[in-house]
Amino acid sequence: MIDVVLIYGLAFLLAWPLGHYMARVFRSERTWLDPILNSLERGLYWLIGINSTQGMTWFGYARALLFSNLLVGVVAYLVFIFQGSLPLNPNGIPGMSWDLALHTAASFITNTNQQHYSGQAQLSYLSQMVGITALQIVTPAAGLAALVAILRGLFGGRYASTATAGEPRDLGNYYVDVTKAITRVLIPMSLVLALLLTWQGVPSTFEGAKTATLVDPQGEVTEQTIPVGPVAAMVAIKQLGTNGGGWYGPNSAVPLENPTPLTNLFESVSIILIPIAIVFMVGYFTRRKRFGMLALGVMTVISVVLAVTVIAAENGSNPTFQGLAAAGPNWEGKETRFGPTPSALWATLTTQTSNGSVNAMHDSFTPVGGMVPMIGMLINETYGGIGVGFVNFLVFLFIAVFIAGLMVGRTPELFGRKLEAKEVKLAAIALLIQPLLILVPTAIALSFPDLTGNSNPGFHGISQVFYEYTSAFANNGSGFEGLGDNTIWWNVTTSANLILARFIPIFAPLAIAGFLAVKRVAPETAGTLRIETPIFAATLVSVIFILTLLNFLPVLVLGPIGEQLVAVPEITASVDQEWVQASRALFGRPQ
Amino acid sequence: MQPSVKVQAETLDRSGGEFSTWLRFALLFLILCGLIYPIATTRLGDVLFPRQAQGSLLERDGVVVGSELVGQPFSSDRYFIGRPSAAGDGYDPTSLSGSNWAASNPDLRTRAEASSAEIAARENVDPSEIPVDLIAASGSGVDPHISPAAARLQVSRVAEARGLGAAQVQQLIDENTERSPIGLGQPGVNVLTLNLALDALSFGQSN
Repeated sequence: MIDVVLIYGLAFLLAWPLGHYMARVFRSERTWLDPILNSLERGLYWLIGINSTQGMTWFGYARALLFSNLLVGVVAYLVFIFQGSLPLNPNGIPGMSWDLALHTAASFITNTNQQHYSGQAQLSYLSQMVGITALQIVTPAAGLAALVAILRGLFGGRYASTATAGEPRDLGNYYVDVTKAITRVLIPMSLVLALLLTWQGVPSTFEGAKTATLVDPQGEVTEQTIPVGPVAAMVAIKQLGTNGGGWYGPNSAVPLENPTPLTNLFESVSIILIPIAIVFMVGYFTRRKRFGMLALGVMTVISVVLAVTVIAAENGSNPTFQGLAAAGPNWEGKETRFGPTPSALWATLTTQTSNGSVNAMHDSFTPVGGMVPMIGMLINETYGGIGVGFVNFLVFLFIAVFIAGLMVGRTPELFGRKLEAKEVKLAAIALLIQPLLILVPTAIALSFPDLTGNSNPGFHGISQVFYEYTSAFANNGSGFEGLGDNTIWWNVTTSANLILARFIPIFAPLAIAGFLAVKRVAPETAGTLRIETPIFAATLVSVIFILTLLNFLPVLVLGPIGEQLVAVPEITASVDQEWVQASRALFGRPQ
Repeated sequence: MQPSVKVQAETLDRSGGEFSTWLRFALLFLILCGLIYPIATTRLGDVLFPRQAQGSLLERDGVVVGSELVGQPFSSDRYFIGRPSAAGDGYDPTSLSGSNWAASNPDLRTRAEASSAEIAARENVDPSEIPVDLIAASGSGVDPHISPAAARLQVSRVAEARGLGAAQVQQLIDENTERSPIGLGQPGVNVLTLNLALDALSFGQSN
């Protein structure tokens, strides 16, 4: 219990000043790192060849974001393919196949970190650093930059007061925003976290794997190979940057990646720290603290509901073990040093925030426990991925303002600017691609069972496939990892899903912000819809739940809900008739 | 909020740069974030915490016998035995994995039945006395710990096999139990360090 209190408590306590600091950074106000970083950043701008005072339109901003990111991805792809003959490869790992390299590049360029490879076996140190760690820093910075540009647009852009009517507005300079996010937020924080992690035992070396002689040799097996490497530097940014892609296959469940309950606290706080700080930042940056509080309240309500559900589910027993051991929580796939509650909390925080790192195997969660991460990813904005989480929230805000406007019979307005057909259509596209890109490939894959590579039968097999596409769309990256997902089918379809689901939900709101920026501002009157009220907050929560979950209710019934109601009682029927009868009584099924 | 006068004379950039800008941006940040940041951080960690940075290795008589943070397979009656492992053939750090079996998966039931029967026979107890973590596979496949209850279950077998007193063995368990001082997570008994301590004790006695 203390874990839950400390994780949420510390995150809020640190996020508040961090959000204030980030708002100052993006408003180009003085901050304490100025003396060191101002000249460094000037050097970087000179090397990129840009004029840092040059503003961009929404379209210029989008193009800079898209193409600079794509080129980062291309270089990473080449490093993965040719890693076998490149330096920093002490364990002699060969190059990747084209489809796995494609998926890995797509996954990391979209801040997703879905992994169809196992890091300690399939990536050289160079790939882990240049291909993985670098993208883990650049992509959250890109998301944060996009959010900052959109917020500028919603309030008329920079220099709004002197802009000429009808002219496109200045949403800032992409390269400057992304550079500041990296030099002033992500790298300093990662450096501190990495050292804390190494102090507790996360490896930090360029030497190759270690070999140990087993204390109790098992037949012919007398040695153990212990993979090490520059792990801590990567784990730090993986946690802080809503990335999630770990050094080792099972991620932060591995003791070398998350050695103690204390590192679990640090890593859990890091999952939500910047996402929550961004909500505070929005309040300061837009100088509408009540708006920041509205968002924080809505998100926190959803976050806590999900956390309570999954913690309760995982502290309940795993029915499979009935009769085989003393009663206890669901320990399958969980580490002894954490136990059920911190593992369950991590599972929901990592899927709410588009992080996707894990410290326990979601595949082995109870059916209800496994459904909570899916719902977190479907909502994907409490508190959401860095930058993009709040952008998703804004899309729902546009829709909720539109619906509320219809209900009170007035033209919907946000911050004094009218939301008209063009903007609402764009917001609707950003919403509708979600069921399209998740349900269609899920249905196709399930129609050809040879494609899916499930490790589990029945209802849970449906859950595995649905989880994979949901995770790809949410740019989350966690998985029901029993899935045999390193195949051409999985690599290619999820790559497409990843790219579309990253860039469409950024560019549609960026365009909306660009269109809104040039609109005339109507003064707020008594008849204006006020969004910073409890009633509107409740409306917004309802809109989020209804629009997100209604689309997916049928597949949730075929997956986790069916598993809970039918499969679990059946498997335990032979063991514990009492339990089955109790659950049947609970769910009202006749004998 | 923003300066109210345009500080620059240029018109807005509608194009978002050109190919050479994108390429320079990509290469520059791949070097900064992919080489400078990880190399500086890794070196610093290695200098400040050399033991942890190299994998928290444990040595006995100058031979590396494992890492404090990586569980090992044990099967002899003279040793405490860890949780079931889905990493390769068991506790193989080159193929780390959980079972990834769902509660509704018959394979999980089969494995749990086998574990339960094996432990009940080995420790000479009723299945209802086995702590459930001892028949559940960990997430990493190399969980170095078992719960204190799971260690207590094995005391009489190990004590008998080594000709030690139960109290002596229990004391070693207590010494090798790691717990957070502020109550984070769960207390865990480090199986490898416990078994090394047992070996050291037996070795000392036989001399």
